[in-house]
Amino acid sequence: MKKITFTSVLSQLLLLFFVVAWIVPTFGLFISSLRDKDVLAISGWWTSFTTTEINEIYRTEGKDAQIKDGNYYFIKSNLFDGGQEKEIFRFGVTSKNIDEYEVGETALFKDQTEITVFENGDYVWKSKEEFKKKKGKRIFVSAKSPPSFTLDNYKEVLLKEGLGQAFLNTLAVALPATLIPLIICSYFAYALTWMKFYGRDILLATIIASLVVPLQMCLIPVLTIYNDFGALFGVSAKSFPGIWMAHTGFGLASTTFLLWNFLKTLPSEMIEAARVDGATHYDTFIKIVVPLSIPSFASIFILQFLWVWNDLLVGLVFLDKHPSEIILTAKLKELLGSRGENWEILTTGAFVSMTVPLFIFFSLQRYFIRGLVAGSIKG
Amino acid sequence: MSSINIKSLNKYYGKTHVIKDFSLDIKDQSFTTLVGPSGCGKSTLLRMIAGLEEINSGTISIDDREVNDLSPKDRNIAMVFQSYALYPHMTVFDNMAFGLKLEKRSKEEINERVLEAAKTLQIQDYLERKPKQLSGGQRQRVAIGRAITRKPQVFLFDEPLSNLDAALRVQMRIELAKLHEQLNTTMVYVTHDQTEAMTLSNEIVVLDQGEISQQGDPIELYNKPSNLFVAGFIGSPKMNFIPAQYKSSSSESTEVDALGTNLILPKKTTSQSDEKVTFGIRPEDIHITAESDHDWESKAFVVEKLGSNTFIYLEHDNEPVVVEAPGDSPVKVGDTIKVKFDLDRSNLFNSQNTNIIG
Repeated sequence: MKKITFTSVLSQLLLLFFVVAWIVPTFGLFISSLRDKDVLAISGWWTSFTTTEINEIYRTEGKDAQIKDGNYYFIKSNLFDGGQEKEIFRFGVTSKNIDEYEVGETALFKDQTEITVFENGDYVWKSKEEFKKKKGKRIFVSAKSPPSFTLDNYKEVLLKEGLGQAFLNTLAVALPATLIPLIICSYFAYALTWMKFYGRDILLATIIASLVVPLQMCLIPVLTIYNDFGALFGVSAKSFPGIWMAHTGFGLASTTFLLWNFLKTLPSEMIEAARVDGATHYDTFIKIVVPLSIPSFASIFILQFLWVWNDLLVGLVFLDKHPSEIILTAKLKELLGSRGENWEILTTGAFVSMTVPLFIFFSLQRYFIRGLVAGSIKG
Repeated sequence: MSSINIKSLNKYYGKTHVIKDFSLDIKDQSFTTLVGPSGCGKSTLLRMIAGLEEINSGTISIDDREVNDLSPKDRNIAMVFQSYALYPHMTVFDNMAFGLKLEKRSKEEINERVLEAAKTLQIQDYLERKPKQLSGGQRQRVAIGRAITRKPQVFLFDEPLSNLDAALRVQMRIELAKLHEQLNTTMVYVTHDQTEAMTLSNEIVVLDQGEISQQGDPIELYNKPSNLFVAGFIGSPKMNFIPAQYKSSSSESTEVDALGTNLILPKKTTSQSDEKVTFGIRPEDIHITAESDHDWESKAFVVEKLGSNTFIYLEHDNEPVVVEAPGDSPVKVGDTIKVKFDLDRSNLFNSQNTNIIG
């Protein structure tokens, strides 16, 4: 039995706090993105699981729908057009008293016509004289609305607002911009760790030093080079290969450093054994180092991928804003400006942008943890 | 044929001179052990033979071929490391076949050689396991197996047994001796454990600070250590060193003053009168006696009973003097013990330069 101590309780509580602090907003965003846009605007996401009471105004049909039956004229119809699953429990006919009548009771309008409203929205409007107005009358209802969710927002956002294309663009940026540095840096880190060459330590020191250079400082110089290069060959300075290279460059130092950190925890005797066995550096790298480094590759893949996926600045600088190139974060920012009041679009867009990071994290997280603690425990 | 010749070898780590103008001939099919305390350069030397350390100056030849600039794989050697250095992601079979696969041998040949090595080491049943599913002794067998499959001319062992527990170490020691008998190749073995050196090798090289302190077969080193360092290093428990004063010498005997008495050693020595010397005698050459012609007496302050024998710790000037007695010795702590030295088997060392004088 494990001993319960103050610190263990504290750490468990802290963990619980972080889990809640992370799960609750994410879940809320997800639920919001699935709600009807009208409901979303007036109530919080947490109300969507229970039946809620809402007050609404409907209008009856006008004279065109009337039928004569005996001495009376009737308009029979349903307040809800389309199968809404609401349940009316009170209604009213004046704005002063919107819940005057119990459902099933008969209400009297000022013009002496009578109306009866039923639970499911059916109503019968009865008059001695012929209905003359084209427009119907307003009915105020108090209804219970059961939980309901819809994928309409996703259809809207992905197809009409162009977020789907932006999603694909981001994927086209993020995958190469993660894999290229990972491949380059794995070779690089191997050389830094296990090959002896002149100036190795200085190179390593340079890499570590370049970790502290903010990338904002390099944007303009790099873009200038791109422009010159583009002008020279008559191609656009802003392109996918351009941003891949930019992300690769910006990620090179940290990726190399992290990989170097991991590779040097591999036992040197094992590498030497491979050399005695006749392995060249390339053999050692491919057959020994890479298979043993999968956990750290995975964790660095996650870090770099999330960084590129969530990046806005580099994407804005090195890619155009037209639909075939715009990335998700830039698109979201644009939506925030133009459709800032349409919460259904923003929540859905935000959740779409989160799906891939969530998927990556959950599918690779066991490697992530292993990669981060690599070397701290004896194998 | 695979002798190793090392000529005027030097190695520096920065400004530290680790291997100092080192020359050594290792005979074909010998089991040579490099032994010495940690930091004496024995592992560095082995790694230089393997090609894992650069040579600053001097030459190493294997089989009369200079190998200074050859990579490890071209030297026809195999090495067994202290930490086994197995490839954790491969099965035992793949670990042992790794070198052969790199040599692009045929599948049948790889199979045959691995199985043969596995049979020799009795690890046939584990071929499909990963190293982490094996015990320490099994892992070391795999590491040795990996070396055997390549059929090298020279085997290099870098403290291969020091990660094993005591019982396993004894067992593996015997198996290594058997292996040398079977394979009949040159083996170079590095250890800091003098027992391993004594039991396994037919040639011991004692290293001290990058230089050979003494070289010879185990019994020679045990009986005639050329200096205090070797005398203290070989043998367990170690030889007793007792400060003494040189008195006089004739062609047949030497008289020294130690432990407050005159000791007459039946051998010729050369030293100055009144010079400080060190009288060295092994625990088994000190005998407990009841007679009155004893050389020295003292109180026992520790008694170690091992069953087969007993070690009694006497004291002189706060320095212990260890006496070996039979297992059934009735001596208890606090007893006063009378001892007689087997002076024929004792040694005398110069206290200044630590070399033997008789």
